Amino acid sequence: MITLQDTLLLSGFLFFIGLAGVLVRRNVLVILMSVELMLNAANLALLGFSRNLAEGTGQVLAIFVMTVAAAEAAVGLGLVLAMFRHRGTVDVDRMRGLQG
Amino acid sequence: MSAVLFWIFGVAALVLGMLVVVLPNPVHGAVALVGNLICLAALYAMLQAHFLAMVQVFLYAGAILVLFVFVIMLLNLKREELGRPRVTASKIAGMALLGALGWIFVRALLALPRVTMPEAGVAFGTVEEVGRLLLGRHLLGFEVSSVLLLAAVVGAVAVAKRRLW
Repeated sequence: MITLQDTLLLSGFLFFIGLAGVLVRRNVLVILMSVELMLNAANLALLGFSRNLAEGTGQVLAIFVMTVAAAEAAVGLGLVLAMFRHRGTVDVDRMRGLQG
Repeated sequence: MSAVLFWIFGVAALVLGMLVVVLPNPVHGAVALVGNLICLAALYAMLQAHFLAMVQVFLYAGAILVLFVFVIMLLNLKREELGRPRVTASKIAGMALLGALGWIFVRALLALPRVTMPEAGVAFGTVEEVGRLLLGRHLLGFEVSSVLLLAAVVGAVAVAKRRLW
């Protein structure tokens, strides 16, 4: 049988993979995909708790997380497009106009 | 049986997630992310969240990833624009801190008692029950999320449009 502990372990590992992607990669598209990985890890934990408590509110919260992820992807990719058009790069290390 | 399947899909999701982070070409990463999301949908179904599993395949693996692949193809990055992997001191320090955090996390979880999940009702996770909760107790959040989506659509168009002002 699946235990809550297994679900949380898996969700935590997925979250750490996403976090490592955000920290290590400098391509903004890969960074956005890593953020999606982290959001999905949070969803997995929510659904695990929801199943453990036999209470549907966690699933509703997961739906909200998916909505926010869709909004984030739309705005984020729009920003990537604008950034590429102005600077001709998707490398976040080369976007340092505000660094002084 | 279900635990074995859970770990098969779970390990597949972890491997595909690592591929997203490791592969240099973002198109390959996006394909790995599709696989990862479908494995997660299988896990959701095993947690009796059938509606969420379906939405995961439709919305994530369908809509959001198509958007990602569309933008990646539109930018059409050349090999030299993808950038070389650079190893810096701050990255090594970040990875070490992440490893320490992961170790603390695993220790904390393994200290928890292992209890199998109690039986959920037949209606748990169906469209009917999720819909009742979403449009009943959480109606305000539902409406706010629709405003958020509208703001995101307008914002994305405003940001990505070539000459708005």
